[in-house]
Formats: sequence, C-alpha cells, structure tokens
Amino acid sequence: MHWDLVANVVISGVLTGLIYGLMALGLSVIFGVVRVVNFAHGEMMTIAMYAAVVLFAELGLDPFLAIVPVAAAFFALGYAMQKALINPFITRPEHSQFMLLVAVAIILVNGLLLAFGPDARNVQTGYQLESFAFGPLLFDKARVYAAGAALAAAAALFAFFRFSLTGKAIRACADNYLGAKVVGLNVKHLYALTFGLGAACVAVAGCAMSVLLEVTPQLGPAYTLLAFVIVIVGGLGSMGGALLGGVLIGVSEAMAGLFITPSAKSMFSFGLLILVLLFRPQGLLGRKT
Amino acid sequence: MNELLDVRAVSKSFRGLKAVQNASFTIREGSINALIGPNGAGKTTVFNMVAGVFPPDSGSIVFQGKPIHGLRPDQVCAAGIGRTFQLVKPFAGLSVLDNVVVGALLRSKDVSAAKSYAAEIMERLGLGEKRDLPASSLTLPDRKRLEVARALATRPKLLLLDEVMAGLRPTECDQMVEVFRGLNRSDGLTILLIEHVMRAVMALAQHVGVLHHGEVIARGTPEEIVRDPAVLECYLGEETEV
Amino acid sequence: MSRRAAALLAILGVLLAALPAFAGNYLLSVATLILYLAFAGQAWNVMMGFAGQLSLGHSLYVGVAAYVAGGLFFHLGIGPWAGLWLAMLVCVAMGAAIGFLAFRFGISGVYFALLTIAFAEFTRIGFDHLGWTGGPGGMFLKVAQRDQIDLLHFRGPPAMYYYAMLVLAAGALALCAWLLRSRAGYYWQAIRENEEAAQALGINTFRWKMAAVMISSAMTSVAGVFFAFYYNNLFPEQIFQISRSIEIILGPIIGGVGTLFGPVLGAALLTLLGDGITELLAAFGWEIPGIKQVFYGVVLLAVIMFLPNGIWPTLAKKLKL
Repeated sequence: MHWDLVANVVISGVLTGLIYGLMALGLSVIFGVVRVVNFAHGEMMTIAMYAAVVLFAELGLDPFLAIVPVAAAFFALGYAMQKALINPFITRPEHSQFMLLVAVAIILVNGLLLAFGPDARNVQTGYQLESFAFGPLLFDKARVYAAGAALAAAAALFAFFRFSLTGKAIRACADNYLGAKVVGLNVKHLYALTFGLGAACVAVAGCAMSVLLEVTPQLGPAYTLLAFVIVIVGGLGSMGGALLGGVLIGVSEAMAGLFITPSAKSMFSFGLLILVLLFRPQGLLGRKT
Repeated sequence: MNELLDVRAVSKSFRGLKAVQNASFTIREGSINALIGPNGAGKTTVFNMVAGVFPPDSGSIVFQGKPIHGLRPDQVCAAGIGRTFQLVKPFAGLSVLDNVVVGALLRSKDVSAAKSYAAEIMERLGLGEKRDLPASSLTLPDRKRLEVARALATRPKLLLLDEVMAGLRPTECDQMVEVFRGLNRSDGLTILLIEHVMRAVMALAQHVGVLHHGEVIARGTPEEIVRDPAVLECYLGEETEV
Repeated sequence: MSRRAAALLAILGVLLAALPAFAGNYLLSVATLILYLAFAGQAWNVMMGFAGQLSLGHSLYVGVAAYVAGGLFFHLGIGPWAGLWLAMLVCVAMGAAIGFLAFRFGISGVYFALLTIAFAEFTRIGFDHLGWTGGPGGMFLKVAQRDQIDLLHFRGPPAMYYYAMLVLAAGALALCAWLLRSRAGYYWQAIRENEEAAQALGINTFRWKMAAVMISSAMTSVAGVFFAFYYNNLFPEQIFQISRSIEIILGPIIGGVGTLFGPVLGAALLTLLGDGITELLAAFGWEIPGIKQVFYGVVLLAVIMFLPNGIWPTLAKKLKL
C-alpha cells in the first residue's frame, strides 16, 4: 500500500469530515441548547442539497454562492419551526418531542420523494474535476472549497457564541433554563434563534456537500444518524467535539472504504456509536452532566 | 428493646467535599428518632446511605444484625426499610390505590391480596375516599400521605421520612404527627425522620441526633438538645420557642 | 371490562372470524397486514408502553427472526414450526444483550432509542455482506402450491395466513391484557412512571426492564417468522431499515401507547386510510410514490400535537367503553 494513496484518502476524509462536522455542529447546538433531538436533521441537510441543485439548474448559481440565500431561508424556517411546532413541547416528556421530529422527518423525506422522485440529482461545475497538487498529495478543489466553507461557518458560529451578547444569552439558557427565565431572558425567542442557527449550519453544509455528491431523498435518514453518531462521539455540548467527531468519522469512513468494502463503512460508525454510548457517553470532548 | 439500625463511623465525600464525617448513631426498635441540623449538614447524605442510594466511603450500616451498606435501594427495601422522598414522587399516571398496590406487591405477590392490604393502609392514612382518583390530582398534603402509604405498604420495620412535614400547614403537620404516633403505638413501627420543622420533632421524637458539617454534634431527648449550647449555636438560635 | 365493551369485542371477533367468507384476496391481504402490524405493535408496546423504554430498532428482531427461520428452511429444509424456536431464542438473546448493555450502563430515554437504531443499522449492513443469507440480493423461499394447506411448511391460500395472524393478534391481546393486570404490569408501570420511586418500593428495576425487553423481542420474533413465510423474499435493505421500525410503532403511538387496544386501533386506522388514499389516487390515474408515507407523517404529527395519549383513550371515553 503506497503511503501517498493512504495519505490522499486521509486528506479526502478530513475534508469531507469537516462538512460532516458542520452538519453535526448544527445538531450539537440544537441538542445542546434546546435539548431537542432533531430527528429531522439529515432531512434538512438533504433539502439544502436539493436547494443548491435546483438553484444551480434554474439560475446557474454556484452552490457556494447559493449558501447565502439558502442559509438565510433555513434560518427563518428553523426559527419558525421552533416557535410554532417545538416550543409548546418543551414541557412534554422527551420521547414526545422525539416522535414529533420523527413525524417531521417522515413528511420531509417523502415530500422530497414526491417532489423530485427517487433518482439522483447533482451539480456539475468546472472545478469539480480539478485539484490542487502538492507533490504526490492531491486535494480536490471542490472538496477544499467545501471544507473551507464549513470551517468559515464553524468559526463564525464559535465567534458568535463566544463574543456576542446574544450568544452568551443562549449559552445561559443551555446551562440553566429556569435561571435564564428568572433573569429575564426571553428563552422561547432564544431557543427559536438557536434552532434557526442550527438550521443555517445545515444549510451551509448541504450547499457545500452538493458539489461532492449526488443527492437522493434517502440521504436524509442516513445523514440524521450520521449527525447523531458524530455528536455523541464528539461530545454533546462541545462545538469543538462536533468538528473533531466529524473529522474522525470522515477519516474512518474513508479508511474503511479503502481497507474493507466501501459499503461496510457505516458499520464502523455505528459500532463506534455503540461503544461510545456504553463506555464514554459524554463523548470525547463533552461535559459529564 | 434491641438495636434495629446501627450506623457506625460512616463517611462520605463528594469530589473532595466531606459531606459526612465519622457519623455514628443507633436506633432502637420501636422508637421514633429525628435527625436535625442546618442545611448542608449531611442529613440527606446519611439518609441516602442508609436507603442504599449510594454506599458510604467507609464505616458500616447494620440493620437487624445484617450489614446493608452497599446494597441497592430495592434490596434495602426488601430487607425491611421503607422511605419517602423529600420531593414527592407519585406514580402520576396511576390511580391513588394503584400507587399503594405497587408498594403492597412486595410482600403480597397476589394482586388481589395486595389490593386489599393497600386499601387498608389507605384507610389508616385517610386516603380511602380518594382511591380511584389519578395520583396527579392530589393536593400536597395528600401526596405526602400517599408517599407514606406507599412506603408502609411494603411492611417496613423501619420507616425513613425525608422532610415529610415541609410545606404543610400547622394543622396538617399535627395530623401527620398523629398518624405516625398511631403507627408507632399500634404497630411498633420504628421511625427515623429528617426534619426542619421543630414542631413535629418536639411532638414526635423520643431521640434526636444533630448533624453539623457532617458530624454528629449532639444526641439526646428533644428537651436535652434544645438546651445543648452547641446545638443552639449552630442551628436553633438563642430564642428557640417550641 | 364493561358489558358494552365485551359485547363490541364479541361482535368484532365474529366479524373477523367470518371475513374470508365474503372478502376477496386483496381485502384479505390488507386485513392480514393490519393484523400483522397490530401484533408487532402490541409486542413493541410491551417494552414502551409498559416499561417505558423507547425502542426504534425493532426491525432488528423481525429481520433476524425472518432470516433465521427462512435460512433454516432454505438451506436445510427445516419447517417454520421448528425454525420458530431457534429464531425466538436468537432474538431473545439479542434483546437481552441490548437491554443488559443499556441498563447496566444507565442508558435511557433518547440515548437508548439511538442505541437500538444503531444495532438495527449495524445488523442491516452486516446482513448485506452475509453470504449464507444471500447478501444484498436477498433470499427467496420456495412458494409451493397456493391452494393446498400445508401447515407443516406454512403454505396455503391467503385465508390460512389471515387466520394464523388473527390467532396471533388475538393471542397477543390476551397476553398483554393478562400482563397488564398482573404484578408484572404494576411493576412495569411503576418503573415507567418513576424509576427511582419504584426502586424504593423494592422493585429490582433492572430485572423487570430486562423481562420487558425479552418478552417484547420474543413476540416480535414471531412476527418475523411469519413475515418470512408470508412474503417469501427477504432483503436486508428492506427488512432492517429504520422505516420498518417506524412502521411498527406508528400504530401504538397513534392508537395509544400503553393501552391494550391502542396498537390494534392504530394499525387498522393507518392501513385502511393509507390504502384508501392510494386506491383513490389510482382511480384518478395517479400513482404517486411516497404519498402514503407523507400521510402517515401528517397523521403522526397531528396525533402527537393534539392527542398525545393516542386516539383510543379519547375514543373509549366517548363511546363509554
């Protein structure tokens, strides 16, 4: 096995993993703050991918440019969904919320099937066929751009939570719901804001992913599970953990694809999920509640 | 009267904070005992160790001659210790009667036998008329009574009461005191209560232990400890009127 | 049970028993599907409704049981009645393993659900690579003459399968009714309502949760064996996928989790309405894939938002059952 083949596979895995990480970041933020198990997360990602595909097909808009309108739309929709659908469920038992989002996921995935049919769709841009070369190492241009977009979005989110007043308010809600209410924070609004932000992350990740893969409605459930694996492995409530988890899963999937059969790669992720749930439920970087 | 519960030199730390240090006390069969002390003194920690919620770091807890430290809560209950919770935990989706039946099923494996025993217990605690109501619809005093009824249905030799008077009005408190006095007199039920409500402690307890910073600082009858200078200093204050 | 309820149940029983006399094959197949979902839903209900453990990976037991029984028949000619026992054993062992891992390590709620999904997915991909069971290409059982009843190999006309499922569904209902009223039923509900309080009353919650999981997986395995010999073709992609697990739980959730008749009502409502919609659209010449699932999703959403305890409790009150 040539080391440069392995190296290229690892690089590819890292880059893809960053996009997975961004998607998982959205889930971590939602799960970590609003404590909602967004079972429709992967479906949202798939819709974003379709949005990029449609915008490209109809308007010739490059997916990376499409990020702006798609993310804005997703933010608004996410905000609305939390306010209208989920907020009334805050006091209900956990599995009630869970099933609510399962219902949403079913509607979304089959809605996509109705709208677009089961066949795969994709985007075709010039730079998809080009790569950056550093000696024997090859970096696919499309993958680099996508990972770059993911990193930029993640950095923006970090900065928001660290430095802005609203970001701190949201972190307060995550730490202590009742306490946040008592000091006068409009928790329901902040929750909706958070869901909107999580949705926007997914939008960016989806647009970025659309240049790397073909999209079918069935990607939805697969991505939902992937997002959960990453969030749990990386650690709930840790943004760095989501990115780290994403990269880890990206690399392990790429390696599994190389050394075992490609179709078995998700088996590794699920095995990892089981192990983490059993032995280190707070994940790699998460806090123990 | 023999020793029912012997707690000897138990200690417990949580992440370096010593919650209980070298606490010891014994409880005689058929007596009513109270454990008092300021907040954070370690009363609930002692309680939880006896009830099996977590084991002591060191020391021993012996009940009816057998060691019970380290047993699970359900094993402790099977051994004969019943307990109530400070924040009541009713089975909200079940009826009042069914709540007590769950307790009764420990000793009466047959459901109809458990039902009749449960009904008896409920009568004694004045919950008879409310038997078919959903547990979630009860007022706080009734919920506390339900909590006690449920624990009693397991036919304990020792009943642990965790701040059972909290939130009750003086008349309701007196009613509860009467119930416990009655149970102690007629059934010989041994009781250990954690309490802040001194009214109840003075009326009920025959022996009182005082905890402060995790250590037992005084032991005696209620009259003795309200005069104990150490107790007055840390907990009761100079102007205690009971 | 009130007299009204008993009378209604008796009438329903007679109708169901007589159905093959006046229903065509298509209607019979729909009825069989309803009974199948009612049975599987009832099995899932034991774990969730009674013991409060949310499993979203029940397709695991259906699939494994189907493959074990089907595989034994395919490779060794062993009939379903014998294969059933091995299938049940394997499924109970798997359920016990998952339950043990989860409960020992204190995994509950949403994390438990995710764990069950992970196991089902892991198995799905595993079977995709398993040669003995045909891999992704699937396994096909021999379909013999359909008009003769061969009970030993469980082959026959649609009416035979219908009656088999009717007996199973009725049996599951009776079993659950008995369990609910027994000591086990009380203990499970106590654990579901408040596990800590249950422990303080002497209940070994670990043991009882394990019992619920094992009974549930045992019952579900029977559905799996039926599936194998009814549909006669098994694909890992199809039988283990998460939408199969969701299909099983839709009935109980819509009908009423933890109730006796909820799963039956839910299964009937969903299947009849779902098929009704497809038929209606076909009458207009429209064939729209996915519309049935969207419908299911909307119904699920509506029930969760407005009737969180399911349809049955409200219906029972209205009908004064």
